[in-house]
Amino acid sequence: MSEQPYTTVIGLEVHVQLSTESKLFCRCNTKFGAEPNTQTCPVCIGMPGSLPVMNRRAYELSLKTAVALNCTIPEFTKWDRKQYYYPDLPKGYQISQFDLPMSADGYLEISDPKDKFAPKRVGIIRAHLEEDAGKSVHDEAAGKADSEIDLNRTGTPLLEIVSQPDMRSAAEAKAFLQELKLLLTYIDVSDCNMQEGSLRVDANVNLHIEKDGKVIATPIVEIKNMNSFRAVERALEYEAPRQYREWQETGRQLGEAPKQTRGWDDVAGVTRGQRSKEESSDYRYFPDPDLAPVITSAAEVDVVRESLGELPADLRRRLSEGYSLSLYDADVIVNQGREFADYYLAVAGASGNPKSACNWVTGPLQRELKEREQTIDSFGLPAQRLAELIRAVDDGRLPSTRAPEAFQLMVDKGSDVAAALAELKIERVDETALVTLVQELLAANPKTVSDIQNGKFQAAASLIGQAKKKNPNVDPNRVRELAIELATSLQ
Amino acid sequence: MSIVDRSATELRKLLATGELTSIELTRACLERIERHDATIGAFLRVDAARALDQAAAIDRRRQAGEPLGPLAGLPVAVKDVLCDRDTITSCASRMLAEFRSPYDSTVVGKLKQADAVLIGRTNMDEFAMGGSTENSAFQPTRNPWDPTRTPGGSSGGSAAAVAARMAPLAIGTDTGGSIRQPAGLCGIVGMKPTYGRVSRFGLVAFASSLDQVGPFATTTEDAALLLEAISGHDPRDSTSINQPTPRYTESINKPLAGLKLGVVPEHFGAGLDPEVASSVRAAIEVYKSLGAEVKEVPLPHGKYGVAAYYVIAPSEASSNLARYDGVHFGFRADQSAALAELAAERQELIAAGKTAAADNVDAPLVRMYRSTREAGFGAEVKRRIMLGAYALSAGYYDAYYLKALKVRRLIRRDFDEAFQQVDLIVGPVTAGPAFKLGEMVDDPLAMYLVDLYTVSANLAGIPALSLPCGVTKAGLPIGLQLQAPPLAEERLLRGARMYEAATDWHTQRPSLGGAR
Amino acid sequence: MALTRADVEKVALLARLRLTEAELETMTDQLSQIVGYVDLLGEVDTADVEPMAHAVEVTNVFAADVVEPSLTREAALANAPRHNGRGYLVPAVLGE
Repeated sequence: MSEQPYTTVIGLEVHVQLSTESKLFCRCNTKFGAEPNTQTCPVCIGMPGSLPVMNRRAYELSLKTAVALNCTIPEFTKWDRKQYYYPDLPKGYQISQFDLPMSADGYLEISDPKDKFAPKRVGIIRAHLEEDAGKSVHDEAAGKADSEIDLNRTGTPLLEIVSQPDMRSAAEAKAFLQELKLLLTYIDVSDCNMQEGSLRVDANVNLHIEKDGKVIATPIVEIKNMNSFRAVERALEYEAPRQYREWQETGRQLGEAPKQTRGWDDVAGVTRGQRSKEESSDYRYFPDPDLAPVITSAAEVDVVRESLGELPADLRRRLSEGYSLSLYDADVIVNQGREFADYYLAVAGASGNPKSACNWVTGPLQRELKEREQTIDSFGLPAQRLAELIRAVDDGRLPSTRAPEAFQLMVDKGSDVAAALAELKIERVDETALVTLVQELLAANPKTVSDIQNGKFQAAASLIGQAKKKNPNVDPNRVRELAIELATSLQ
Repeated sequence: MSIVDRSATELRKLLATGELTSIELTRACLERIERHDATIGAFLRVDAARALDQAAAIDRRRQAGEPLGPLAGLPVAVKDVLCDRDTITSCASRMLAEFRSPYDSTVVGKLKQADAVLIGRTNMDEFAMGGSTENSAFQPTRNPWDPTRTPGGSSGGSAAAVAARMAPLAIGTDTGGSIRQPAGLCGIVGMKPTYGRVSRFGLVAFASSLDQVGPFATTTEDAALLLEAISGHDPRDSTSINQPTPRYTESINKPLAGLKLGVVPEHFGAGLDPEVASSVRAAIEVYKSLGAEVKEVPLPHGKYGVAAYYVIAPSEASSNLARYDGVHFGFRADQSAALAELAAERQELIAAGKTAAADNVDAPLVRMYRSTREAGFGAEVKRRIMLGAYALSAGYYDAYYLKALKVRRLIRRDFDEAFQQVDLIVGPVTAGPAFKLGEMVDDPLAMYLVDLYTVSANLAGIPALSLPCGVTKAGLPIGLQLQAPPLAEERLLRGARMYEAATDWHTQRPSLGGAR
Repeated sequence: MALTRADVEKVALLARLRLTEAELETMTDQLSQIVGYVDLLGEVDTADVEPMAHAVEVTNVFAADVVEPSLTREAALANAPRHNGRGYLVPAVLGE
C-alpha cells in the first residue's frame, strides 16, 4: 500500500432492483422507460383504501440473493413503515424492513488478480426488501416553480444490501461492486443496469488516522449520486484526501460532527456537501399492519441454496483447478458473465483443450465481440464450431498460423471448419512432397545452405516464404526444421 | 305497517314473491329520507336517480326470471368510507370532499354483486375518528330517538339511517366500537366481525390493524343476511382470513343448546349507568331462563384497553393519514396564498433581525404540506395524528407503542382463556344511553373513555355484536353486547337471536316526532 | 407525562401539521392529559410478552408476479389537485 498517513474505511449500501415483471405490492408493470404515470394503480399511488400484497417472486429473488451472499435467514421477518414526506413517496411512508430484516450477517469474497489488494471477505450486515419511490423532475433550466412527479417507479422491488465497513480503498470498493453485480447477474435476480437505476450505490467513508500510537477515526460521510462503478472509484479517491485535509484543518473526530451527506459531481470530479434537516431523521418505523409477516423454514432455505447453481467464486475455482487455467484467466472468463463462461466451458469440453479454448475465447473471440459490440448469446460462432477449429489445429489439419484466417471466415460467413479449410485451400502437405520441396529450395539457394552449415540457423527462415509460394499449405515450422536438418546433413 | 318498518328478511320475501318491487321499496326509503333526513342528517349524499335505476334494473331482471343476488332489490346505505367506483368517498373530511375513487372497495363490489340498491352514503366522524358523528366536516347526525342527542359514532349516519327506517340495512366500520356503540345508542343491531372476515380493500384506513367492516340492521337475522353477503377471503387484502363464509342465515334460528355465557365483573363498575346496568342484568336473566349457564369470567387487562387503543389506533392513523398531503389526490391548500404567507413570514423575521429564525422557516414544499393538512383536517383528526406521531417518535416508541402492543397481547390472552370456559361473553356496550350533542366535544379524554366496553374486541380481533335490550325512562335505547371467539360469528348471531326471539326490544322504534 | 409546547411543535412539524398559537396551547394540554391517561400502561407487567401488531396472525401472504393493467394516466391524475396531464405538480423540490 501507499505511504498515506491514514487508512480509508469504506462501507457500501447498494440498492438492487429485482427482476420481477410486476411491482412489489401491486401488479403494475416494472418495465423501464414508459411514459410518466402510465404504470400506476390505486395501490402504488397510495390512494385511500388501497392495500399492498407482497409479490411472491420478489420475496423469492431476495431470498436467493441473501443465500448467495452467505447470509443467515431468520425464521421470522416482517415489514415496517418508514415515514417521511416527499412528493415521490405517495403514501407518506416507504414499506421497508427495520429491526427484523429477511437476512443478516453474510459476506462476499473479493480479490484482484492483478494483486492490487489481497483477497478478502467483505461482510454483509444485512439485505432487506423494500419498495422504491417515484421520481421528481425539476426543470431548473426552464426556471419553473414546480416539480413534476412520475410514480411509474414507485413500488418497484428493491433489495438493499448493506456491507460492513470492510473496504480499505477505492479499488476494493470497485471490486466489491463488480463481484456483487456478477453474482446477482449469475443468479439472475437483477440486470444491475446502472443507467436504468437497477443498481444504485451510496458509500459511507471515513478515515482511520494513526497519530502518536493512537488511531483517530474521522466523522463518517455518506456519498450519493454515483452513477457508475468508475464514479464510485473516483469519488472515493477524491473523498479520502479531502477528509484528511479537513481533519488537518478542523481536527474533528467521529462523534464530534453529525453524519454528513455529500453528492458526487462527476463532471467537476468533486464531492459537495448536501443540506440536511435534522428532523428528517425521525422515521417513526413501526410494523406495517397491512402486511403479513413471512416465516421461512430452514428446509426452504436449503432448497434455495441447492437451486442456486454455481456461483462465480466456485466457477473460478473450478476453472483454475479443474481446467488448469491461471487465476487471471479464470477471472477474465468468469467476469464476462454466466453466458460467456458457459460458452467457454462448452468450447473447452468439446475441444478437449481447455488452455487453447481459453486463449481463443479471451483473445480473438473477445476482440471480435468488442468490435461488433455484441454479447456472446447473439454471437454467430457456436461453441461447437470453435471447438472443431481447436481440434483441427491440434490434429494438424489446420496450421496454427492459419487458424486466425479460418476463425475470421467462420465468424464472418458462419462456415464450419471443413468449409473454411476448403475456402482457404488448406490441405495437409505430404511429408515426402515437403522433403522434395525443401531439397529443391536448398539446391537453388547455396548461400542459405552455407549459412546454415555455418550455424546461422535463422537463414532457414528465408526459405519459408519461397516454400509458401509454391504451396500455401506448408507448415512454416516444418519447413524450417527440414531445411536445417537437410542442409546440415549435406556437410 | 308501512313497508319501511319491515325487516330486510321480510322485504326479501315480498320482493321474491312479487308482492313488492324494488322500485316501490326504494321510493319508500327515498321518501323517508326526504321527510326526515333534514332533521337527522344521516346521509351525506343520496343519489336517488342511481338508486332507482339500480332498483328498476333488478326488477326487470327478476321479471325476466334471471338469477339474482342475496340482497336483490334491498336498499343498503353505505358509510362514506368505502370506495364506490367513480363516486365520491369523502370520509366526512374536507380533505377528500372531491375524491372520486377509480375503483370499488371489495365490500361495495360484493354489495353490487349481491344486487343491493346503493341508496346513499352515510355521515360519520371524520376518517371514522370519534364516537358521536360530530366530527364530520359537513354536518352532525342526530339520534332518531331524540334529535338533541348523538346517534353515537363513528358510524352514526348508518346507525341513524337504519334506526329511522330510511334503509333496512347499512354498512358501518368498527375500529374501537364504531358500529356497536351507535347501534346501541340507536336501538338497532350492529356487528363487528372477526378481524379479517370482511375485506378491508377499499376501506379508507383509520387504524389498519383494528378496522373492520360490518352490518347494521333492525334484526339479527338481517345482520346475518348482510354479513353473509360481504364476508369472504379477499386476495387483495393480506390480512383477510382464508376461510369459507358459513351460511349464517341458515343457522341463525337454531338456539345454542347448553350455552355457557360469561359475565365480566369489571363491566359493572362505578361508571355504568344504573338503567343500563339493570337492563343488561335483566338480559342475563332472560338468557338464564332460556337455559344458559352464566358464569363470571375475569378479563384482568380489560381496564387497559382504552389506553392501549389510544396508542395503537392513533399511531396507525398518523401513518395512514400521511398520504393526505395535497400532492396525488384530495385537497390542497391555496398554494400561492400559502407561499406568499411564507415569504412574508420570512421577510418579517429578517426585518426583525432574526436571521436564524428566518433560515428555519418551512421550505415551500413543507409549507404546502402543512397548510394543506391544517385546512384539510378537523380538530379530532389532528389530535390523533399528533398523538400517534408522538407515540412513534424517537424515544417514546418503546414506552408507548411497543408497550401497547404487548398489553394488546395480554388482552387477547384474557379472551382466549375466558373462551375456554364460556361460549359468549355478555355485557353492556356503552356506559350510558345517547348523550347530548356537544356534551363532550371539549373533553377528548372523556370521549375516549366512552369506548371502554368496545375497544377490547378490536384489540383482540374477535367478533362482537350489539342488540337492543331496553329503553330508558327518558325513552332512549339501551344496547347489549355479546362477544365471541375469533371466527365464531355463527355462534354470536345464534346467541343474539335467542335473546331477540325471547324479547321485543328490537321491535321498538323512534317516533321521529310522531311523523311516519 | 406532560408534554411541553416545544414537544408539540416538534411533533407538529414531524406530522406536517400547522397549529395556531391557540391550537398549540389546547393541543399541549389535551395531549398531556391523554398521554397522562395512557401512562396507565406502565403498571402492566409485560416482561416476556411478545408484541401483537396484527389482530389476526396470518403469515406468508403472497400474490403471483403477473402484470395486470394499470390505471390510464388520466384516471391516475384525475384526483390530483395540480397536474399537467403528464405528472403531479408540486412546489419545487430542490436538491434536498
